[in-house]
Amino acid sequence: MSDDIYREIILDHYRNPRNKGKMAEADVSIHDSNPLCGDEIDIHLKVDGDKIKDIKFEGRGCAISQASASMLTEMVMNKPLTSVKDLTKDDILENIGLMNLGPARIKCALLSLKVLKLGMVKYYADRDPDSAKKLQEDSRTL
Amino acid sequence: MLQKGVFDVEKIRQDFPILQRKVMGGKPLVYLDNAATTQKPLSVINAISDYYTNYNSNIHRAVHQMAEEATIAYEETRKKIAKFINAKSTDEIIFTRNTTEAINLVAYSWGRANVKKDDRVVITEIEHHSNIVPWQILTQEKGAKLEYVGVGDDGYLKMHEYRNYLDSNKVKLVSVSQMSNVLGTITPVNEIIRSSHEKGIPVLIDGAQSVPHMPVDVQKLDCDFMAFSAHKMLGPTGVGVLYVKRDILEKMPPFMGGGDMIKEVHKYETRYNDLPYKFEGGTPNIADVIGFSAAIDYLDNLGMDRVREHEIDITKYALDRISGVKGVTVYGPANAKDRGGVVSFNIGDIHPHDLATIMNDHGIAIRSGHHCAQVLMERLDVAATSRASFYIYNTKQEVDKFIEALDEARRLFKI
Ligand SMILES: Cc1ncc(COP(=O)(O)O)c(C=O)c1O
Repeated sequence: MSDDIYREIILDHYRNPRNKGKMAEADVSIHDSNPLCGDEIDIHLKVDGDKIKDIKFEGRGCAISQASASMLTEMVMNKPLTSVKDLTKDDILENIGLMNLGPARIKCALLSLKVLKLGMVKYYADRDPDSAKKLQEDSRTL
Repeated sequence: MLQKGVFDVEKIRQDFPILQRKVMGGKPLVYLDNAATTQKPLSVINAISDYYTNYNSNIHRAVHQMAEEATIAYEETRKKIAKFINAKSTDEIIFTRNTTEAINLVAYSWGRANVKKDDRVVITEIEHHSNIVPWQILTQEKGAKLEYVGVGDDGYLKMHEYRNYLDSNKVKLVSVSQMSNVLGTITPVNEIIRSSHEKGIPVLIDGAQSVPHMPVDVQKLDCDFMAFSAHKMLGPTGVGVLYVKRDILEKMPPFMGGGDMIKEVHKYETRYNDLPYKFEGGTPNIADVIGFSAAIDYLDNLGMDRVREHEIDITKYALDRISGVKGVTVYGPANAKDRGGVVSFNIGDIHPHDLATIMNDHGIAIRSGHHCAQVLMERLDVAATSRASFYIYNTKQEVDKFIEALDEARRLFKI
């Protein structure tokens, strides 16, 4: 089972994370952690019109949480907010190729999506309260 | 049941039904998370079931036969515990839910009555959250100060810092763990208690890790308070013990008001019950206290000296083997005699949660995370560690399996 989890691509993103670091003048920055594991993720976003123009993450934690965050940034870079808004748990698990994680480790894989959704809640708060509300509810299920 | 005085691990294992189970698709369970909670022998499970099956009733009040049987069984446990830690009297033994509640009882009762503005409470950097947060709450409420004795890179307490605090003449209480649940460090409690007493300062010992793993004698130690949990010493969850020296206990205000802790209740005043009942408000966890009795019997029968010997032996073996694994950092004292059966470590850049996942594939249960000791994690400058911890039923073959799984983790992570 661990052979399936700790594949080359996960280790590569863990050790060489993409889009990792701080961001000057981000439009939105948001932080969350997983109290069970202590995994931490910060996400910074720059939004241009309806598009994610730039995304960066900072964090520390297990290979699953950090690789998943790295892969998520690649997945949403330059994508329209409307499509990012509707990302689901399964989209993420498919993206990182880990469909069979147990209940404890699945939280690690989904932490970055949760933080991204919370970031968009912040972004939409004044602009589109209905979307903000829906995103907030989404984030609770992750 | 084990023959008295014989420490035969294979025999011991047969008394623990859970150790026969398979996990992860047919692998034998290797349980190395004993510092979190230990497994229970059949005698403990049976004692609980026997109570519920045959004499379930509330204690201390009713006069019917079953209530009498339950009261006797409950109070017998108190006697056994008093004997187990060599307390002078059963009145000094208070049942709580766990170590955490025992320490909070001291903080809320003794602490609120005795700690004043600008006083100091001294703890250490190795403490479990349960011996940190109650003192934060108390010192914040009182405008007192919480001070930490540091721990060196070698895993030993910085005793000169402790002596400096004592010299400030402002210390009201010292509260320290006798054995660290992360580093394994056995702390110099004899010296701590002796020098605190020279200044008239009482000492609380967190015995959550020590009482289950080595002989502990509260009279010889001369500690003022001692807290520990049944579930870490073969007993059920939901039962803890607070030992308090009688002369201190007599002056302590009650912690929780309600039934059982009273003699007479009138509209605007209450006469409290005798010790120790004054501190046991409400219906207690009768079944699990009775279960704990069987656990004490089991340990008594083995002999705590022998338990300790077995743990030194297996810990020494584990430390030897793990130090041969490339990329491993082990935390805590190097000498097995100075530590309990706890080995915390990190390996390369593998996060402890990933390591625990890989171990789990092999049927090996270890702990990963901050172990409720975030102050210590900050001091060690790590986010988390992995921890293997042993008890009476662990074997060297299990340590070998654990080392094999470590090698497998290194292979997966290409270290
Ligand atoms: C040293 C130490 N103190 C206190 C505790 C708290 O014990 P409990 O959770 O049973 O209250 C633990 C348990 O992990 C411990 O290891």
